[in-house]
Amino acid sequence: MSIDIETAARVAKLARIKVEDEDLPVLAGEFNAILGFIEQLQQLDIDDVDPMTSVTPMRLKRRADVVTDGNQQAKVLANAPDAREGFFAVPKVVE
Amino acid sequence: MGDLNKLTIAEARDALRKGETTAVALTEACLKAIDSADALGAVAHKTPDLALERARAADERLQAREEAPAMCGIPVGIKDLFCTEGVPSQAASKILEGFRPDYESTVSGKLKDAGAVMVGKLNMDEFAMGSSNETSVYGNAINPWKAEGGAALTPGGSSGGSASAVAADLCLAATGTDTGGSIRQPAAFTGIVGLKPTYGRCSRWGIVAFASSLDQAGPMTRTVRDAAIMGAAMMGHDPKDSTSADMAVPDFEAMLTGDIRGKVIGIPKEYRMDGMPVAIGKLWSDGAEMLKDAGAEIRDISLPHTRYALPAYYVIAPAEASSNLARYDGVRFGHRAALAPGDGITEMYEKTRAEGFGDEVKRRVMIGTYVLSAGFYDAYYNRARKVRALIKRDFDEAFAAGVDSILTPTTPSAAFALGREVSDPVEMYLNDVFTVTVNLAGLPGISVPVGRDGQGLPLGLQLIGRPWEEGALLNTAYALEGAAGFVAKPAKWW
Repeated sequence: MSIDIETAARVAKLARIKVEDEDLPVLAGEFNAILGFIEQLQQLDIDDVDPMTSVTPMRLKRRADVVTDGNQQAKVLANAPDAREGFFAVPKVVE
Repeated sequence: MGDLNKLTIAEARDALRKGETTAVALTEACLKAIDSADALGAVAHKTPDLALERARAADERLQAREEAPAMCGIPVGIKDLFCTEGVPSQAASKILEGFRPDYESTVSGKLKDAGAVMVGKLNMDEFAMGSSNETSVYGNAINPWKAEGGAALTPGGSSGGSASAVAADLCLAATGTDTGGSIRQPAAFTGIVGLKPTYGRCSRWGIVAFASSLDQAGPMTRTVRDAAIMGAAMMGHDPKDSTSADMAVPDFEAMLTGDIRGKVIGIPKEYRMDGMPVAIGKLWSDGAEMLKDAGAEIRDISLPHTRYALPAYYVIAPAEASSNLARYDGVRFGHRAALAPGDGITEMYEKTRAEGFGDEVKRRVMIGTYVLSAGFYDAYYNRARKVRALIKRDFDEAFAAGVDSILTPTTPSAAFALGREVSDPVEMYLNDVFTVTVNLAGLPGISVPVGRDGQGLPLGLQLIGRPWEEGALLNTAYALEGAAGFVAKPAKWW
């Protein structure tokens, strides 16, 4: 499996990380080095193995379906880069 | 008393109870040491006023009641990955610049409630991704140990600031977190003890998430006894973390008898790597000899899937990271990029994340995105989860055959020089070759300082235990520590 510049650009887009065009070849090279390393996993015959879902077998605990928290609008917004009138403010989303 | 900042937790605890010192005096000694150690880059955010306030409260508590918790009045450092109320908590990343949580992580909160005194937030690799503390937005943390006339060395990573601070006596102990070796590798590089508990022992709530199925907090201390004391104070069930184990935490310190007669110590042949430095190989066989002399049975074992652990890790950890780090979008907290006229929300995300994340974090988020993307999910992510099941099975089988704990080197080398040109990211990943299996299998592991290499740099051995049996693991580590008699300290140059 080899990652070309086009694939690197697509992955960057999916990850929502802006990568300048001139940086894509180096990035693709790094991806290929890492994926080449990961490629060893293909050597194993693992068809009859179940993928791990939980490292320690345990049941998720249940609790009553009630509100336990809330009413802290000021605290929730305290760290926002841009908060106005009790909301998070972002660039226009809908045209 | 001598230098108060050089005491162990156990010594300080006993001195506090005898009235030989105070929490304020201990704290002042650490704050002074911190202020004279800026060259180490270990402390990212100093909190002297808060520390003295908590120290005064601890002294009142110690005077009021004799049964104050063991950690009461003990100055500790907290890794920057832990959210601490009102104190900057930015995971050594630019993207969390200015973030001051309105809440306290469960683990740092438990220490706080026990009366421990936070003296500052400690340097680390950005989002705990790294093995040398070189990916931090704060700059490098530096190892207090140096080879004769040598260059500045890494304290390891990702808990590099924690390791440097404890080894240089800036605090009595520190918290760390360990996703692939981030407590144990820096502990080995700096001649201290680092314990990664069983997955589920310490709540992950309020700790900035890297790879949720692997992350686990633990203590970094000067002695095994201190790891037992501080570890017990950090552990325990937390309803706010669904993977937190609802199990009683034993009194680990009471289990430190040093008696390991009849215990079976496994030596896994797959950990004997080609090109392993002579000093590491000798340390390993010396350690096995020490445990044998203490009455343990040494048994050769096989963990056949070991060589696939790192590749599996470098699928699973980035995959989980790409999901966890999706929250850094410039909306709710942290950094937001300046936008150009006409930029919409997608440009805001892309520019914010490009500016806010460092190179290694970006690489891992994108690798994670790739292995989870349509068409590759089965080939990479599901395959890695299957291999992870096999790695855990290797350990399960060894324990079922009667092995009590497993002895390995902690790292493939001693601390290396900072600023090495690393063109291939995989080269840095190899640091975790002996530690990463433990995270994949969810087991407890501890690094104990056992010897020094030809240049006088500390080397550690790792003991791996059965799940939930930290008490027995600590006791074996205690026996190893006693036999090794590692007492060397770095010569002060900073």
